[in-house]
Amino acid sequence: MACSSFVKLNAASSSWIAGHHSVNHRTGSAARFPTRRADELVKTAKSIASPGRGILAIDESNATCGKRLGSIGLDNTETNRQAYRQLLLTTPGLGDYISGAILFEETLYQSTTDGNKFVDCLRDQNIVPGIKVDKGLVPLPGSNNESWCQGLDGLASRSAEYYKQGARFAKWRTVVSIPCGPSALAVKEAAWGLARYAAISQDNGLVPIVEPEILLDGDHPIERTLQVAEQVWSEVFYYLAENNVTFEGILLKPSMVTPGAEHKEKASPDTIANYTLTMLKRRVPPAVPGIMFLSGGQSEVEATLNLNAMNQSPNPWHVSFSYARALQNTVLKTWQGRPENIEAAQKSLLVRAKANSLAQLGKYSAEGESEEAKKGMFVKGYTY
Amino acid sequence: MSCYRGKYSDELIANAAYIGTPGKGILAADESTGTIGKRLSSINVENVESNRRALRELLFTTPGALQYLSGVILFEETLYQKTAAGKPFVDVMKEGGVLPGIKVDKGTVELAGTNGETTTQGLDGLAQRCQQYYAAGARFAKWRAVLKIGPNEPSQLAINDNANGLARYAIICQENGLVPIVEPEILVDGPHDIAKCADVTERVLAACYKALNDHHVLLEGTLLKPNMVTPGSDSPKVAPEVVAEYTVRALQRTMPPAVPAVVFLSGGQSEEEATVNLNAMNKLKAKKPWSLSFSFGRALQQSTLKAWSGKEENIGKAQAAFLTRCKANSEATLGTYKGSSSLSEGASESLHVKDYKY
Repeated sequence: MACSSFVKLNAASSSWIAGHHSVNHRTGSAARFPTRRADELVKTAKSIASPGRGILAIDESNATCGKRLGSIGLDNTETNRQAYRQLLLTTPGLGDYISGAILFEETLYQSTTDGNKFVDCLRDQNIVPGIKVDKGLVPLPGSNNESWCQGLDGLASRSAEYYKQGARFAKWRTVVSIPCGPSALAVKEAAWGLARYAAISQDNGLVPIVEPEILLDGDHPIERTLQVAEQVWSEVFYYLAENNVTFEGILLKPSMVTPGAEHKEKASPDTIANYTLTMLKRRVPPAVPGIMFLSGGQSEVEATLNLNAMNQSPNPWHVSFSYARALQNTVLKTWQGRPENIEAAQKSLLVRAKANSLAQLGKYSAEGESEEAKKGMFVKGYTY
Repeated sequence: MSCYRGKYSDELIANAAYIGTPGKGILAADESTGTIGKRLSSINVENVESNRRALRELLFTTPGALQYLSGVILFEETLYQKTAAGKPFVDVMKEGGVLPGIKVDKGTVELAGTNGETTTQGLDGLAQRCQQYYAAGARFAKWRAVLKIGPNEPSQLAINDNANGLARYAIICQENGLVPIVEPEILVDGPHDIAKCADVTERVLAACYKALNDHHVLLEGTLLKPNMVTPGSDSPKVAPEVVAEYTVRALQRTMPPAVPAVVFLSGGQSEEEATVNLNAMNKLKAKKPWSLSFSFGRALQQSTLKAWSGKEENIGKAQAAFLTRCKANSEATLGTYKGSSSLSEGASESLHVKDYKY
């Protein structure tokens, strides 16, 4: 933030500072500072935000993937991680419901056991490969026990490398905690980090997914979540604009507006849809092509029902999903690490993907859903 | 509370939505006494109260005109005036389904240390004045902030201060029952191209909405009155479709869908230009989750004034000219305006005055 005020001081906005030329004088450009590859970014964003489709998030870090594998009794080895991702990414027909897949760095460079690059498998299904580029959360000094997201150092060259390997979108997840405030410092840092990441991503050909997750933890009512969400998104968009990010070439990954996990009352899908859409209409300019919700600990069915409720009438942006646990939970449990279960596991992935595809179109019904799919996945103080 | 949710919330939301009704728009008749004096002197009419009253009566009682208007912005004096027959103007409007609005700012003053940039005054006692205006029948308000494009302008100071003033004004209005029209006018003066205007407009609107959000303004109960995105006055003109494309894109990038409508200012465009540009915007196939309408002053009154010339025997002719422009702009909000084959005198006259001061 110190950088930004330094620039303002030197911008020749005052007659008391003589002899400077404004950095803002550019003629003939369609954007303030024309974004390189703007056309490609816009095209990619549109492809991901296509009707009836959403994102499969499989960018769990090795440590987090380890937890998933551990839950079905598997060791956290590269072979097992590769086998699991292969199961997911080679699911036939996945591209009917999935428009993008977020990968962890290791996975971006992996191939199937037959030697086909994962990125090629995805492209063949018209699924855009994406890459997690942040370097995780660390404590934010001077805050109320809050976190900030690292990853700007060397981001430009890493992004360029990922682009070469075939990635076309990026993801950066920062968090905001309502029980901790949130403090103005934490909100500002979250928003500014996202804005810098977004500008650098676009400059290197990657559509940035902008993800300030407002954690589910807490006992607050839904009105409080709305208030915090509006504050966070207002700041995010302001800094995105300040960083000259092209809005037609970004995607958002918000959390839905719900009560805190420990609040006494649960909210219905209609209430969640109402509050969430109110927030989006108050904060998201129509230039943004797609809003891909995170599931954040909701059960598979909950996440689908809520998305469906949001799509009962036309929205000025594509409203869809970017789910990890809410797409993978049943798949993992079906697979159990056994090759003979692969086909069944892939089928169960398609069941979830199709359900969310229908939800994106506003046509989903929960009839016939399994009990497993209805189990909540909230973990207090969850860390990736 | 994320934003204003007081006793006027529902009314504000309903009134703002009503003003944006397709087929309707706003007549800006809020010229201050000084400014209306300039209009009157241009047709050799003395600037006295009776003449000011007569002009406004001519406009508000034009048969068939009020159906094309959802609101009229008034100057304080006019809010309390009546027709010659003794009927209060606010009643004439209410009967015609038109919401009375009121200009509440107190003009611009220069910002020290800048190259002639300004900020807008009027916050002192604003709450009390809004209450009085509401009691007198007003249901929306207007506050004009002014920015200009230059080598080093608009400065961050000018943007921030004007945005903050607009936000304070907006929340005070809402607390007192008036829908605030948020007007950050970027003057058309200058040699810059349309891309530059777009750049500045996007930056200014981003700052405005940040300020409105910080001040907890209920966006569903506001309106925006921006300039259209056009080349500078010293630059070659572009086609209406180009104006439409740049303007709509600027709004797509900055204006949340919660705001129900945009009511453009005409800022010195001729009557016909303003209408044709608005029409092009409404024909454009693009994401537009708000309605696009007009809040025209000069661009609705120019040919009317010329036709009237202060003479009672010309009232019919003048009202016919006014009706023509109202209908034309109504069609423009629907994208159905076909252009005027026989423009009345003054309709294509540029109304640009360099470094225009109200």
